[in-house]
Amino acid sequence: MPIFDLKINGQSHAVDADQDTPLLWVLRDHLNMVGTKFGCGIGQCGACTVHVDGSATRSCLLKVSMVQDMEITTIEGISDNASHPVQQAWKEIDVPQCGYCQAGQIMSATAFLNQNTNPSKSDIRDAMSGNICRCASYNRIEKAVELAASKMS
Amino acid sequence: MKNIGSPSFSRRSFIRTSALAGGGMLIGFNLFQACKPEATPPVDISQLNFNDFNAFIKIADNGMVTIFSPNPEIGQGVKTAMPMLIAEELDVAWENVHVVQGALDTKNFTRQVAGGSQSIRQGWEPLRQTGATARQMLINAAAAKWGVDSSECKTENGVIIHANGDRLGYGEVVKEAAALKVPENITLKDPKDFKIIGTDASNVDVDKIITGKPLFGLDYKEEGMMYAVVLRPPAFGKKIADYDDTDAKAISGVQEVIKFGDKIAVLAKDTWTAMKGRNALKANWTSDAKLENTEEHDKILTDLLNGKEFKTLRADGDVNKAFAAADKIVERTYESPFLPHNCMEPMNFFADVSAEKVRLVGPIQTPERTASRVAELLERDVNDISVEMTRMGGGFGRRLYGDFALEAAEISKIAQKPVQVIYSREDDMSAGIYRPSIKYKISASIKDDKITGYHLKEASVNSNMYGLIPNFFPAGAIENYQVDVASYDSNITTGAWRAPYTNFLSFAEQSFFDEIAEILEEDRIKLRLDLLQKVKGTTDERIQYSPERLEKVIQVAVDKSGWGNAKEGVYQGFSAYYCHNTHVAEVADVVLENDIPVVKKVTCVVDCGIVVNPLGAKNQIEGGVIDGVGHAMYGDFSFKNGEPQDKNFNTYRLIRINETPEVETHFIESDIAPTGLGEPTLPPAGAAVANAIKAAKGIRLYKQPFIKHMKAKAPLG
Ligand code: FES
Ligand code: FES
Repeated sequence: MPIFDLKINGQSHAVDADQDTPLLWVLRDHLNMVGTKFGCGIGQCGACTVHVDGSATRSCLLKVSMVQDMEITTIEGISDNASHPVQQAWKEIDVPQCGYCQAGQIMSATAFLNQNTNPSKSDIRDAMSGNICRCASYNRIEKAVELAASKMS
Repeated sequence: MKNIGSPSFSRRSFIRTSALAGGGMLIGFNLFQACKPEATPPVDISQLNFNDFNAFIKIADNGMVTIFSPNPEIGQGVKTAMPMLIAEELDVAWENVHVVQGALDTKNFTRQVAGGSQSIRQGWEPLRQTGATARQMLINAAAAKWGVDSSECKTENGVIIHANGDRLGYGEVVKEAAALKVPENITLKDPKDFKIIGTDASNVDVDKIITGKPLFGLDYKEEGMMYAVVLRPPAFGKKIADYDDTDAKAISGVQEVIKFGDKIAVLAKDTWTAMKGRNALKANWTSDAKLENTEEHDKILTDLLNGKEFKTLRADGDVNKAFAAADKIVERTYESPFLPHNCMEPMNFFADVSAEKVRLVGPIQTPERTASRVAELLERDVNDISVEMTRMGGGFGRRLYGDFALEAAEISKIAQKPVQVIYSREDDMSAGIYRPSIKYKISASIKDDKITGYHLKEASVNSNMYGLIPNFFPAGAIENYQVDVASYDSNITTGAWRAPYTNFLSFAEQSFFDEIAEILEEDRIKLRLDLLQKVKGTTDERIQYSPERLEKVIQVAVDKSGWGNAKEGVYQGFSAYYCHNTHVAEVADVVLENDIPVVKKVTCVVDCGIVVNPLGAKNQIEGGVIDGVGHAMYGDFSFKNGEPQDKNFNTYRLIRINETPEVETHFIESDIAPTGLGEPTLPPAGAAVANAIKAAKGIRLYKQPFIKHMKAKAPLG
C-alpha cells in the first residue's frame, strides 16, 4: 500500500493506507484520532467535519490521496486545553446532550467564524445547517456560535 | 407519588465502607438491592469491583469527593444529575465533587455491569440516602473525637461544626468514619434547604466532548482487534441462498470472511477496508416469508380499525349507549409511518470471546439482559460474560436491544479474535427495530354540546400500547370511555422509540380535542380544563395523571405563550399531555413564509417535580420538543418488498438547525420527587404544530409527516 504524508494539527504523519481510504478512517483507525466522528459516510451529517487548509470539510468524502501537502486540523488540534473561544462557548452554554455530533459542530462553527466575524442569526443557521444533531441541541448551538463570535471579535 | 418531607430510612444493608490504603474513605453502595453479606469495598482504589456494588464514593483526606459509577451517559444528563443528589445530602461543595466513570481499563475496573435503572426518578431517594448516611458517619466520627454528642454537630460544605464552634473538615475524620458502623436512621434534608439540587451544573463530560476524547463505543480499541462490517439480508423476510466472497477476499487488507446465520461478516484491520470488503460480497437471497409493503400495511391497519377483533384495555360506562343516544358523532383517523431511531452514533459493539471469558464493550442500555442473551447464544455460563458500557451517541430506545452485541459475540467466537462490529448508516437504518406504523381512530359522541363518549381504537404493526396508557388523559374525564387495540404480526422488527406509543397517540388525541372544540365552537383551552375538572377528586386509582398538575401546566402555558394575543401573522397551536410521570403543555407559534408553515417558537411548560439540574433539564426539554417537531414534520419511512426505502440522510430527513424553533421552557415549582425528562416533551409537540398549522392555513392534518400530507392537501409554494 502506498505511503501518504499528511500534515495534521501541525505534525507530519506517514500513513500506509489504500489510496481511496477517506481521511475520516485514516484519522480514526490508522492514527487513533477518534475525535472526528462517523455519522453517515456520504457528506450529509457533518459529524466528520475537519478543516482542510482552513475550510470546513467532510472527511468521510475526502480520499487520503487528495490531502497530501494540505493543512489538516481536527478537533484534537484546534486548541490546547479546550481554550478555543468556540470550545469555551460550547462549555458555557452547556451545549452537548449525547455529545456525538459536537466535534463536527465545533469544527463547522470554527471555520465559519474565521470567515464571518459578525454573523447574523440567519447566517449562523445557514452555516450550521450541514451538521445534524439527532439530540436536537440546536437552540444551544445557535447561542454558542453567537457567544463565540462575540468572544472572537 | 410520595411527597418528601424529612423521612427516615435505614440504608445499612445497602452501604459498606473501607479505609483506603492511600488515605481516605471509600463507600460502596447499592441502589436497589442489599449488599451481599461478604461484600466489602476494597482498600486499594485501583481494585474497584462493580460486581458487588453499583457505585463508590471516595472521600479523600483533603476532603475532595470522587464518585465512581459504571453508568455511562446516553445524552439525558443523568451522569451529572445523579451525583448532584449524593453531593446535596453529603453536604459538600459541588466544585469539590468529581464524577468518574469506571474507565474502560480492565486493570482498574474488572467488570462494569450497571445495576438498576439510571433514571433520576428511581435514584432520587436511594442516592440521597447514601449521601446522608456518609454525612452522618463523618459527623459521628467528629463527635467521637471531640467527645460530644452527634446531635450537637452540624455540617456545612464539607466541614463538621460543633455547637461550640469547633470545626473539622471531612478529610480529617475519614479514617475514623470508615471504621464506624453504618448508622441506622438517617434524616434527609428538607427540600427548602437544598443548595445543589435546583442549581445549574454543566455536563460532567463536557471537556472531553469538546476536545474529542475517546468516549463512545465507536472509539473503543484494543490491541489485535478487527473491524467487522456485516452483510445482512437486504429485506425483512429474506434469507441467504448462496454467496461468493472471491472479490471481497481479493481486496488487500481483508483478513477474513465469516458467515453466521443469514449474515456474512468481513473482517479487516481498519473500518474502510472492512466496508469495501463487505460491499464486494456477492450474495443471492431467497424468501419463504412475506415481503411486506407499506401500502399493504396501510390497508391491513385500516381493515383492523374497521373490524371487530379488538382487545379492550379499559372500558368505563357504555360507549355504545352513549353513541346511540348522541346528537352527533365525530370520528377521525390518524396515521403514522414507521420511524428509525437514527442514533447519531451508528450501532456498534466490541466482543472478545475466548475460552476463559467473554468480554463485551459498547453502547448498550441493557447490559444485564445482553449478558444473559449472549450467554445463551454462546452456551456459556453467564458468569463468564462481562459487559462494559461506553458513553452512547444517542439511544432513543434503540440501544435497549442488544442485537448488535450478539452479532459481535458470534463473530468473535468464530474468528477467535477480538472484533468490533460497525454499522454503516445504511446498515443502521435498514437493520432497525423501528417505531411501528400505527393508526388511531378516535370517536366521540356529542349530546347537548357535551362530550358523552370517547372511543379510542388503535391498530398497529406488531405491538400495542402498554398497560398504563389507557389510564392517561382523558380517562376519568368522560363517563363513557373505551380503549381498544388490535395488531398485525409483521416480520419487520419493531420496538421502543423515544416515548413509546405516546409519541404518536398524543398527536392524535390532542389534535382530536382541538377539532372537537372547533366543532362545538368552544374555547380550546376551556374545553380541556373543563374535562380536567371532572377528574379532580377521583377515587379511581388507575388514573395515572394529576388533573391539578395538568391544569397548572395548561394555565401557565396560556400565560407564558401570550396565547390569544399573538402578533399579526403568528398562528398558535396548543397541546397538553401527560406521560412518563411528567405533565407538559406546549404552544407552537407558526408563521407562513411563502405560504409554507414555519415553526418559529415553542413555549413549553413542564411539571417534572423538583428540577435537579435546570441547565441539563432544559437541554432535554429543548431536544425533546425539537425532536417531536422534526419527526412530525419530516419523519417518513416505508418498505417495499420487505426492504427499507430510505437508508441514509440524503433521502431520510431529520430536522436541521435552520428549521428549528426556539424553545422557551418554564418549570412548575414543586416539592414533589423528580420525574423523567428524556421523553415527555416530545409527544405533545406534533399536535401543537398541527393545531397551529390549522390556524394558519385552515388545513387539519391527520397524518405524519406533515410535509408530505400538507403537499397532498394543498399545493404549497
Ligand atoms: S460522516 Fe461525513 S458527513 Fe456524515
Ligand atoms: S448531542 Fe447527540 S447528536 Fe448532537
